[in-house]
Amino acid sequence: MYRYDSYDQAMVDARVAEFRDQARRRLEGKLTEDQFKPLRLTNGLYLQLHAYMLRVAIPYGTLDSRQMAMLATIADKYDRGYGHFTTRQNIQYNWIKLEDCADALADLATVEMHAIQTSGNCIRNISSDHFAGAAADEVVDPRPYAELMRQWSSFHPEFTYLPRKFKIAVIASEKDRAAMRLHDIGVRIVKRDGEVGAQFYAGGGMGRTPMVAPLIRDFVPIDQFITYAEACLRVYNRYGRRDNKYKARIKILVHELGAAEYIRQVEEEFAHLLSVGVEPPREELARIAEYFALPPFRHPSESWDLEQLQSKVAGDPSFRWDDGFGQWVRQNTHPHKAPGYVSAVISLKPAGGIPGDATSDQMRVVARLAKEYSFDELRVMHTQNLLLPHVRIADLPAVWAALDAAGLGSANMDTIEDIIACPGLDYCSLANARSIPLAQRISERFAQSGRTELVGELKLKISGCINACGHHHAGHIGILGVDKKGKENFQLSLGGSEAEDVSLAKITGPGFDEDGVIAAVETVTEVYLASRTEGERFLDTYRRIGMEPFKEALYG
Amino acid sequence: MGDTQNLGTSPDEVQFRFRDDEPVDHAAVTVDSVLDQTNAAAVRIEPGDDARLLLPFLDRLALVEVNFPVFGDGRGYSAARILREAGYTGELRAVGAVLIDLLSHMRRCGFDSFAPDKRLDEEDAARAFATWANVYQRAADRRATIADKRHEA
Ligand code: HEM
Ligand code: SF4
Repeated sequence: MYRYDSYDQAMVDARVAEFRDQARRRLEGKLTEDQFKPLRLTNGLYLQLHAYMLRVAIPYGTLDSRQMAMLATIADKYDRGYGHFTTRQNIQYNWIKLEDCADALADLATVEMHAIQTSGNCIRNISSDHFAGAAADEVVDPRPYAELMRQWSSFHPEFTYLPRKFKIAVIASEKDRAAMRLHDIGVRIVKRDGEVGAQFYAGGGMGRTPMVAPLIRDFVPIDQFITYAEACLRVYNRYGRRDNKYKARIKILVHELGAAEYIRQVEEEFAHLLSVGVEPPREELARIAEYFALPPFRHPSESWDLEQLQSKVAGDPSFRWDDGFGQWVRQNTHPHKAPGYVSAVISLKPAGGIPGDATSDQMRVVARLAKEYSFDELRVMHTQNLLLPHVRIADLPAVWAALDAAGLGSANMDTIEDIIACPGLDYCSLANARSIPLAQRISERFAQSGRTELVGELKLKISGCINACGHHHAGHIGILGVDKKGKENFQLSLGGSEAEDVSLAKITGPGFDEDGVIAAVETVTEVYLASRTEGERFLDTYRRIGMEPFKEALYG
Repeated sequence: MGDTQNLGTSPDEVQFRFRDDEPVDHAAVTVDSVLDQTNAAAVRIEPGDDARLLLPFLDRLALVEVNFPVFGDGRGYSAARILREAGYTGELRAVGAVLIDLLSHMRRCGFDSFAPDKRLDEEDAARAFATWANVYQRAADRRATIADKRHEA
């Protein structure tokens, strides 16, 4: 994975020094809270219901054991011994004190980490496919391109006061595991006639006006990649709306101008910027790519395939194939490009737990496993889980045993227990309703009834308000917390997807109270089970039979 | 065209200036006026103005002021870079809500003089101008980037 050189390190150190200075000026009264706010925001510091929240960037979700261990240390030293992994592949700490913040940032800088541009109206941390560098189906590893963008977007002098926040995702396979088209800019790295280039989508997003980003250019030659991105941003910076913060995202600009007109303006700016020359030297991409060279995988003869694994553990009662271990292998591993290897998902969704939360002890266990079994690499997934990207199949029993002992062995990836939930009313000052307790109750209910496996792939996503941090628009089942005459109320929606078959969910009808919405989730899964044909997922059945049968069962 | 009498800052209001030539000492006009009048040498850009409209007149402009009525409105950064990219070499002055923490970015976008609403602490400002020993992006200041340095011959 990428390592800082002395330049990158100096940039982050300079930022820590700058923040220390800003905090000092705030304390000395030279900065008003109004003036300080955007500064602390670009350093990831939010003021929440109970305390400050610090959001630490994990660029494209990749980190090593040393960094994970530091995240554990920060949790112990400055927070309450845990952290919360988010849908943007970052980690948040909910209980940070303002006076500790510069020290926490300095600690992070010792392991090449920071909180730069994790909030504020700037280009945010770049996200990517969590299986990048490992997935059997990728064209190339998308992370070098994401890293090139990270450097370009860090402290960008022109784009620090955009109309609104700006989120970019970079992937490199047909499958979309990063909700790419629900980003302000989505990039898919492609190969055409052997040439690598970038496909650009712009104007996607969730929030109160969810939109799927249209394609704005099918192929940007890779040596013009940054220039094209700069053109997209400049048009947005100049013409994005600033009169109304709810209409300030690029999706509104693209929608109001029409994609064709936005494209025309970008192309004009692109042609101009090509003549100015803003692209980094070509060798830079090659330099970055070296850091992402494949690890030295062992020869397949030194590992097993999954069938061999099954027969090897057959005789061992602690590794039952029907449930426990076998279920975890079937549910939580993903095909790898190297024979004899898989990527293994570490669920942060124990039944009844808080989605995305991990204790410092759990973080240390995960760090150790990464070091021992995954070439010292880890990923944060946008589903709020963690991932060991490169695990030898022969090592899976040892990995699972350690995870299980740490309470991290849930075999529920992409099931109804694998719920995405925003912080909601437990932490967030904008919330209408609590999301976390709802997620806890639903996962518990399904785990107890034993229906999770029967129901299969079902992506349930919960947001505590219209801002949609919990991706409810993109859930096979989405739940949105609303305020109904001072009472928490929940709207149910069906049919969303953030994957390559992207779609926005539709509301079923009148909302429910907390008990009611849990019952409603059970009802819609029953409709699915009764109507599905062989091999159909919930989403497929919904798309085939439409909303009516579900409505009928819910309100009929 | 409106009243152009009081438009613009005077040289006295400029707190930092990174040029040696004599500052223009008369008021600036609006972008619209530049398009109509042929003799103004100083112009003031508001956030909603299209800086590209000035490109035919760059030769005779000696001062372009870019107004930042609020610090959170970043359109002026694009305006500045656009002018520099088109070869404008006159004074480019940031005026209005010019705060310490914006100075380094403004400088990179091509501003070479600063007339903040409220005078800034000199020491804080000196530190701010020196924030970045190195830079990641190519911008109007034409500094060699980190990537350029990494791949120097
Ligand atoms: C707790 C403090 C948080 C606050 C105050 C907050 C605030 C917001 C707001 C105001 C929006 C809407 C932006 C817009 O539509 O223009 C938003 C969107 C979003 N937030 Fe949060 N958020 C918080 C936590 C989180 C967390 C924990 C995550 C990740 C799990 C997250 C991820 C997102 C995502 C993915 C979106 C929607 C995507 C988009 O921007 O279109 N947020 N947030
Ligand atoms: S969706 Fe609403 S309640 Fe949930 S974290 Fe975002 S802003 Fe807060």
